[in-house]
Amino acid sequence: MRTVTRLQGLLLRPFRGTQRQVAFLATGLLIQFGVLVVMALPLIVFNAMSTGAVLLALVAGLAVAVLMEPLLTRAQHARFRTRLGVDIPSPHGGRRPRLSEWLRSPVGRRQLLYHWLYGPLLSLGALLVLLTWAVAIAAAFTYVWIWAVPPEWRLQHLGSSTWAAYLTVAGIAVLDLAAWLSGALTRLDTRVATVLLGPSRAEQLARRVEVLTESRAGLVDVVDAERRRIERDLHDGAQQRLVSLAVNLGIAKATLGDLPEDARRVIDEAHREAKEAIEELSSLVRGLHPAVLEDRGLDAALSGLAARVPVPVRVTVDLTARLSPTIESVAYFVVSEALTNVVKHAEASEGEVTVERAGTSLLVVIRDDGVGGAEPGRGTGLSGLAKRVASVDGTLAVDSPAGGPTVITVELPCVP
Amino acid sequence: MRAVIAEDSVLLRIGVVRVLEMAGFEVVAEVGDAEALLAAVEEHRPDIAVVDVRMPPGFTDEGVRAALVVKRRWPRTAVLLLSQYVEERYATDLLSANTSGIGYLLKQRVADVEEFAATVRRVAEGGTALDPQVVSQLLVRRHSGPLDRLTPREREVLELMAGGRSNAGIAEQLVVSESAVAKHINSIFAKLDLPKADADHRRVLAVLHFLGVA
Repeated sequence: MRTVTRLQGLLLRPFRGTQRQVAFLATGLLIQFGVLVVMALPLIVFNAMSTGAVLLALVAGLAVAVLMEPLLTRAQHARFRTRLGVDIPSPHGGRRPRLSEWLRSPVGRRQLLYHWLYGPLLSLGALLVLLTWAVAIAAAFTYVWIWAVPPEWRLQHLGSSTWAAYLTVAGIAVLDLAAWLSGALTRLDTRVATVLLGPSRAEQLARRVEVLTESRAGLVDVVDAERRRIERDLHDGAQQRLVSLAVNLGIAKATLGDLPEDARRVIDEAHREAKEAIEELSSLVRGLHPAVLEDRGLDAALSGLAARVPVPVRVTVDLTARLSPTIESVAYFVVSEALTNVVKHAEASEGEVTVERAGTSLLVVIRDDGVGGAEPGRGTGLSGLAKRVASVDGTLAVDSPAGGPTVITVELPCVP
Repeated sequence: MRAVIAEDSVLLRIGVVRVLEMAGFEVVAEVGDAEALLAAVEEHRPDIAVVDVRMPPGFTDEGVRAALVVKRRWPRTAVLLLSQYVEERYATDLLSANTSGIGYLLKQRVADVEEFAATVRRVAEGGTALDPQVVSQLLVRRHSGPLDRLTPREREVLELMAGGRSNAGIAEQLVVSESAVAKHINSIFAKLDLPKADADHRRVLAVLHFLGVA
């Protein structure tokens, strides 16, 4: 039983998908035939073989051909999609370009090549394949003819059963060949069409980069919005509660004068810890997204930042307008991280932060007079900084010779 | 003394009310947004309004704007702003409008109950009180001017003065004698070319210089 199934599979394998392939080839042939008719129309209409008429017909035909190009491309895309389930990406993305633009672009030229050279050639192939099918079917069913067709219509020699047997075997062999040819031609057509009717590799990559850039920007914005949301939640929730707790403990401390020493100590301790928790939570919230940045912009947020650094830092922000929240937030964190580094590693006695617009970018420079030797990738937080900057297509340069001074220059793109 | 409180967080409002009542204030109104604050001040004419910076509907700086209105319309009502974070521009906004009866503190200072009550009282009596963090933030942004002539120690003294401390308070903070503080202050007055007037007025002028408002 299993042997039979296997044999069946082996015999039928060449014919797998044959139906679709034949339909596909036939549709292609129809399209090309339609084109031929349209191109021949001028000749038929002018109904003349004089040189002038032929020339006119040629020019008219060419014009029709060019005008039909977008339509043809769509027809071919539909053919591949419906007959084979192959989705050739549109070379223009979602948009529909103007005709002149289409013709001038390499995309347009590639399409012309398909419609007026490869397409007809392939269709010629398709015609041959279909003819092969017809012949093969006719031959393979020789016995049917012998049985069905009245004797006087039959070709004389087909009466001989030896010939009939040969023909049947040959027909079946050619059927197999036709199936194989259909497959091969379909694959060839798909290959050619993908190259000529779809976007080229460079165009695909360009599109991909576009999509990625967009989605990354979206992601960065989403992360930023999320930080703001968390900040708000913490501010409205836990922070208020903690302050209230600390206030109550403070009241307890102030009013319960006659408590035993132990109890007083406990309240004292709780009060102090509540206050520390507030401090910690505030600095956490600031690290997430400082509310002042959103409310008042970079200038205010950066001077607030500088004020909390133990090293004296001068802040100069020269901006006339607010920037996008994402850019502001990156600039803020760059300065925040850089100042943390100054405090941790630089042994600096003073620092300076300047922020200004330079054309279409935002220039952030952080300087300190410390020991220098800062390098991205030495775990000083600089590599994280670089990543953050790169996420918005910015650049980060660190100039930090041993012995100092250290200058970190960050350039962030911002739309004017 | 009579106080109005504007704070949208109910928890914190209860806390502030408790602290003030404990310190002998009479809390005549508790409100949750800037508009209600103006109405309450209009109605009660309190000695002081304790106001949260971030309030509905926008949750940005409604409190500051309301405080400016209060100081303009009812100059005898003192305003103490409470904020989750310090923003020196709020302070300069306030101080350039009016210099007496103004305070600006971080919210968590309320927890230091006795100190907070003392600050409220000082502001209600027409004094100025700035959170130490506001003051240090202001220092960062001063670029040049007569302040550069001050020694670091004098700067520290001025900073504490701006925070509203008395000579005794400054002396305690810096662990020096009161006379040393007085000497520093005289030197500050001289370096800032302040006209000879009564000490309190010079003090205010010095602080204003310091804040870049004068």
